This record gives sequence, C-alpha cells and structure tokens, in this order.
Amino acid sequence: MSILNAKEPIGPLEMRWKKHLFDLALVAPQNRNKHKIIVIGTGLAGASLCATLGEAGYRVSSFCFQDSPRRAHSIAAQGGINATKNYQNDGDSVWRLFYDTIKGGDFRARESNVYRLAELSANIIDQAVAQGVPFAREYSGYLVNRSFGGTQVSRTFYARGQTGQQLLLGAYGAMSRQVESGQVTHHSRTEMLEIITIDSKARGVVVRDLVSGELSTHLADCVVLCTGGYSNAYYLSTNAKGCNTSATWRAFKQGAYFANPGFTQIHPTCIPPTGENQSKLTLMSESLRNDGRIWAPKNKADCEKNPKDIKEEDRDYFLERMYPAFSNLVPRDVASRTVKYICDEGYGVGVKIHNQRLGVYLDFSNVIEKIGLEAVEEKYGNLFEMYERITDENPYETPMKIYPAPHYSMGGLWVDYNLMTTLDGLFAAGEANFSDHGANRLGASALMQGLADGYFILPQTIANYLARNTFDDIDENHDQVQAALSSVKNRIDQLMQAPDAQHSPEYFHQKLGKVLWESCGMSREKGKLEQAIVELNDLKREFWQKIKVTGIDKDLNQTLERAGRVADFIELGELMCKDALKREESCGAHAREEYLSSAGEAKRDDENFSFVSAWEYHKESAKLHEEHLHFEFIKPTVRNYK
Amino acid sequence: MIFTLHIWRQKSPQVEGNFSTYTINDIDGDTSFLEMLDQLNEQLIHQDEDCIVFDYDCREGICGACSLVINGYPHGEKTATTTCQLYMREYKNETELWIEPWRASSFPVLKDLTVDRSAFDRIIQSGGYVSVHTGSAPEANNILVKKNTADEAFSAAECIGCGACVAVCPNASATLFVAAKISHLDLLPQGKIETTERAHNMTQQMEVEGFGSCSNHRHCERVCPKGISLQNITRMNNILG
Repeated sequence: MSILNAKEPIGPLEMRWKKHLFDLALVAPQNRNKHKIIVIGTGLAGASLCATLGEAGYRVSSFCFQDSPRRAHSIAAQGGINATKNYQNDGDSVWRLFYDTIKGGDFRARESNVYRLAELSANIIDQAVAQGVPFAREYSGYLVNRSFGGTQVSRTFYARGQTGQQLLLGAYGAMSRQVESGQVTHHSRTEMLEIITIDSKARGVVVRDLVSGELSTHLADCVVLCTGGYSNAYYLSTNAKGCNTSATWRAFKQGAYFANPGFTQIHPTCIPPTGENQSKLTLMSESLRNDGRIWAPKNKADCEKNPKDIKEEDRDYFLERMYPAFSNLVPRDVASRTVKYICDEGYGVGVKIHNQRLGVYLDFSNVIEKIGLEAVEEKYGNLFEMYERITDENPYETPMKIYPAPHYSMGGLWVDYNLMTTLDGLFAAGEANFSDHGANRLGASALMQGLADGYFILPQTIANYLARNTFDDIDENHDQVQAALSSVKNRIDQLMQAPDAQHSPEYFHQKLGKVLWESCGMSREKGKLEQAIVELNDLKREFWQKIKVTGIDKDLNQTLERAGRVADFIELGELMCKDALKREESCGAHAREEYLSSAGEAKRDDENFSFVSAWEYHKESAKLHEEHLHFEFIKPTVRNYK
Repeated sequence: MIFTLHIWRQKSPQVEGNFSTYTINDIDGDTSFLEMLDQLNEQLIHQDEDCIVFDYDCREGICGACSLVINGYPHGEKTATTTCQLYMREYKNETELWIEPWRASSFPVLKDLTVDRSAFDRIIQSGGYVSVHTGSAPEANNILVKKNTADEAFSAAECIGCGACVAVCPNASATLFVAAKISHLDLLPQGKIETTERAHNMTQQMEVEGFGSCSNHRHCERVCPKGISLQNITRMNNILG
C-alpha cells in the first residue's frame, strides 16, 4: 500500500546524519547565487533558514503575513529550549534526549529524524549564544538549566519566560543581516495563497499583498514552508490570532501529503476561559509545573470557596497521587487529560461556563516557603505578572487557576529525512511538518526543532536537491503560473460574493472550533467523530453559501484574510476527524475513549497502528497511505509515568 | 458596560482620515480592549460596513503588533501593558474612548489604526545583530558572562518593537528602540566587538528614516510596555562618544 520513501539512511544511528551529510550533493559557492529559494514564514524555522541560506550565497525571497518577521508566533514560546549539553552532570546524553522524545511521542515518530534532532540540539545553543541571546546565567557566569515536563534531567536553557522571543530575535537579526547584504529579499504583510507546480515540481507561489490586495507570482527553484501549526482550527487556542493552515493546506491540495493531522496537543497549563466572547487563550509556561503543585478540592462543596479557606487535608494533589514518580511533571497529554477528568467529575474551580467549572489550582505556596519570594520572582516573575494582568489575581498570594487549551500540532506536512514533502521541490520545516514529535511533543522541544531544521538540516538537504536537479527557465506567462493565479482570483471572488452572504468569518470559525473541541480534542470517540465529519461537511457548504466579507478585496481587508483562513481550517478540521477516526488506538495526545485503560491511560496498538498516516488529497475523499515505523534501537514499551 | 468609541478611520495613506463614533454595549470587565473592537467589527459586518483595521497577533503582550493610542496614551494609560493585555475593567462604565493610530511621519498610516513600521526593520538591518555565521559558533560556555550583565542585557533585549516610544515622543524619536538593541548587544562579550560601528550605523539609519532626535522628554520610558530603561540611552550615548 505504501509508496512513501522516507529516505532514511541505514546503519548505526549515531552515524546516520554524518553519513547522510557526506552523501548529499553540494552546490559550489560560485554557483549558489544562480539558485533562488522561496521561504514562506519567518518564525524560528523560516528566519534561521533565510539567514543560513543567505550567508551561504543563495538568493532568497521570504514572505510573512505579519508586519515584521520579528512578530512570528515562535515569539510566544515561554519556557525554554532543550539541548544535550549535560552541563548539570545528571546523566544526560544525545541518546537520552532521543529516547525521551521517542517515548514522549509515544513511539509514533521516526527514529532517524529524532536522533538527528537530539544530535543537533547542543549546536543550537552555541549558535544562539554567539548571536547574543541572553540566556539565564549562574553567578559564576555559566549557563543555567532547568528541568521540564516529561524528563528527569535538567537540560532546558531559558531566557526568563521569553525564550522564544529571544531566540527569534537572534534568528531575525541574522536574517536581517542577509537582507542588508542583499541575499534575502523580504516581503512582510504578504500572504501565500497558492503553490505553483510545474512538471510535478514546486516552482513558485502566488501571494497577496495584504495592504493593497494585489496578487503577484514569484518563481524559484524550490519552495520551503515554515508556516507553523494549525491549533487555531479549534478557534480558542494559545496560538496567535493570525496562525493558520492556509499554506500547508494549499500544499496538500497540490499533492503534498498531510501526516497525522489528528495529532494535536492540548497544553495543560493555560488560563481558563472566562466568557463567551473570548478571542484566545493564554498559556502559562509549563516550567511552572516544576515548582507549582496542582490540586483540586477533595469535596465538591469546596469548589466555590476561596482556596485559602480549603484546608490542606481537603486538597487533592491528584497528579502526585496518581503518578508518584513524575507527579506534577507528567507529559502534557497525561496532565491535560487528568485535569479534564477531574473537572468532568465535578471538582473543577473558577467561573461556571455552560454549567461546568473549568479549572484546577496551580499553587506556589510551598515553593515560596522553601526558596523565598525573591527566588520565585527571579524564576517566574514575568509569568506571574502576565497572569495577574489577565486575571486580576496575584499568584504570589492566591493559587493560579489553569485549564488545558490547544497549543501545538504534531501533525503537519509529511516529509522525508531531507524534510521534503511528497511534492518535489517543496520542503516543510518547524511546526509545519510532522517530523519529530510523534503523537505528543515534549516541552522545550519545538524551538529546538524549528532551529535544527532551519540552521542545520535544510541548508544541506536543499543544496542536495538543487545540485541533483535541473531547472528550466520559466516566466510568469507560463500556463501553470497563470492557472494558479486565476484559481486564487476565483477563490477570492467567491469569498467576496457568496450567494447568500450572512455570517462573518468569526461565526464559522467559532462553530468549527466547537465541533473540533467536542469531538477531536482531548478525547475522541468513534460516534462523535463520525458525527463531526458530517457536521463539518455541512459547515463547509454553509460557509461558501453564507460567508459575508464587507469592504473590497483590493484593499487592506482583515475580514477577507480571516475568511480565507477559516475556509481552509474547515477542510482541515474534517481531515483531523478522519485521521482520529481511522486511528483505532490511543497514543500520546490522541486519546480514543474506546482504547483507554480503566485508569484512563492510553492503550497503544503497535501491531496495527505503528505507522504515520499520510493523507493524499483527492477531490472526493482524501486517501490514506501508511508509513510504517521501524524501531531498531528502542523497543516500544508502555509509556508509564507512574 | 457601555462605551462610546471615537475611532480614527482613514481609507489609505493618501487620503485624510477622521474620527467616527460608535457605541458598544454589553461589554464585560474581563473582555480585553481588542476583544471589544472584535465585537464592534462583528456589528459592522452585520451592518454591511467595512471593518476597522488594527494590528494584533499574539494577544499576550509579546509580539508587539498591537498599537493603539487610547485617550492620548500609547497602549492606554495603564503602565507596562500592551493594548492586547488591557482589560475593560480598567475603565469606568460609559467612558468615552478616543482611539487613534501611532502618529509619526516615519510610521505612515496604512488604513484606520494600522501603521507601517518597516522603518524599525530597516534600522535592525543596518546593524542590530552580531555578525556570526551559522555553524561557526564556539562552545556556549567558553565565554562566561556575569549574571548581572546577562540580566541587564536581557532587560534591554525585552523590547518588542511596538513603536509606542515613537508614538509618544514629541520629536517622534526612535532613540529608546535603537538604544535598547545597541545596549543589549554591547553588554554581551559576543556583541561588544562590533559595538561602535553598530551604534553609528543604527543611529544613522534612524535619521535616514526621518525619526527625530532625543531631547530628554522621557515619555518613552513611561509608556514602554516592557519597561525599557532610559539607562540604555545613556549607554548608547557613551558608545557614540
């Protein structure tokens, strides 16, 4: 059945990337300026790639929808970035990070890719420090580490609660240097709306200037999507409002397979929703779980009380009780499901929405007592401030309230070991690909992956692609270029002139979010998924009949931008449900109610589901391909955090 | 709560803008300022009107996209806050709110409340980085950095590039923005080597972009959502000599 070739090198794991590097073809320095590369998205993966390709001597055109590359959503990552430096002498190694990541992903990721990620991690820290990223330091001047969810070593580097911002500013600086040198031509406020495919190769893009509304085409030798994840499909998520699937979805429709769309991560420590008009949810860094203790009242009668009035013996530290070995540091999926379970059982705290209290306490009183207020402030000051600003409650005095929220999508475009999709010449990096996190991502590993892809992997594998292929000259009069352009025009016309225009993009987005959250969120079930697929089909039809966009298209029109993104999210939502339905097992973040143990833990089915699901677009119904996973070095075991 | 909103509407950079007045009802105290504008835009769509354009993205105070002058204050009167982190509980019921874009000739209005801040990108391009090649970095712990120095560098690096400092400055100067980047990199041994050249290039680019000079009004520090300190300007001036 499978026609997927992951192009993994063979041989000893620790030699694979080294050997592969040697086998990859090179482009000589004097020839690099002849090649043009298009990079979509300028978060950690995109900016680091632009910087590296630019300094290597390629011509790069980059695009982002924000008004500056520095604002990409990587900026919001708070907690940290992992690296196997073993500065703490606590037994860390490349092998252990590899092992933790494979196990954390519940044995649904490719060994070769994950090992390479672990190998490159240390180098990323060196690179970032050299760029002037102000990581936290000891009084001795050495770099500090902390531990993070799902691991038993301290390998996380951080810059207060703004690690993503500082790493992105490093990559943005490096990219800006190449803009200055003329190697990178950057376009802000520009959104990619179509991939141009010629002779079965990705050769360019159609973009819309978000200020003037003008469409234009850009051609190159290859295209790289660094366009992030799709958690905003759920409407309320921790992602920035602009995050969308449109680039990856257009790629999917052009022939790139979409892998594991149902693997989405619900982050356990977010600020609970307070009302129905909320536009997004805010994440509180998982690092808080290092020192905060999670609890709920033992008695339902206490749920309305001020937490200060609930006696110590009436508090249920449920993660510590249920998972004594990892306690508050269990992986994200386990923590999220357990919190949901506690609230579903009626022990939640906070505001009642739809007759349920969605929240549990995250309490810092013990650690404040132990290490003092000042030390806690040093570690978490800006996170506490952020919490207080949003909720009007002081977490130094009152325990925080937290609840899970969609946060990260492990699924994404299917890529081989070279990070190339099934469409030749189209690469995907960072959260936009499915590559490294399996069915669940561990904390502090998204920044690591984005930068590994951009700084170290793609510059080599793209060179190989350029060296091994020839590229006919094409210009914008080419039939395929014009066809792509007119399909984008048609789609915009349809959005502007729906037959029975009634509802805003938000209306449809909220409806979509509700369906996905109920049926394809923290727990999934066959009947609900089947129902969701029907509902989303109806929603899609209703959307194209009734979508209402005011204003004109040749203008800065944010309603039109949103409408286009929601249209893609609805289609993706259906594929997410199909994927979740097809996977009749529980693994990582994918919890099928039919396949959970009585204790609520995931029951993985390696015999039947040890594969990556890769969906191929067909007009009627997407077709599933399976990439079977081979575990040569780590024996899949039951993921047990007790 | 009910609010009367006077919002700057401007179709494009070329045409003149003016204030339009709207009323919005049923606003909860836990609604953020931008969520209130979202709700107003939903009303406008319902009434077949073009929505009010404003910049936003992360809505958690870190991306630096949002940029509104509210009753004369960039990001509103509450200190150390971006507009997206401003909640309506800060305002009394039935308050009148005047909402404008950043006003500076180097930040031309694109439409309504949205301005073009690409001048900031060009200032960074002129030298706001360490010139290190990917792959050539030494082992991270080979160069030690004093904790206090690293903390100070971090505090300067916290700038989110929103432009509130420019919006509030009577001279529309970008000095705080420029000084923060120069300071951040000057404090670290990795950035120190290029510090003089960087400072000259960046301040020169600031002038080319048409930003004014600093004449010590110090309003910038007060409105900065990240509390970037004026000490950075002192440090920059010392580097420039």
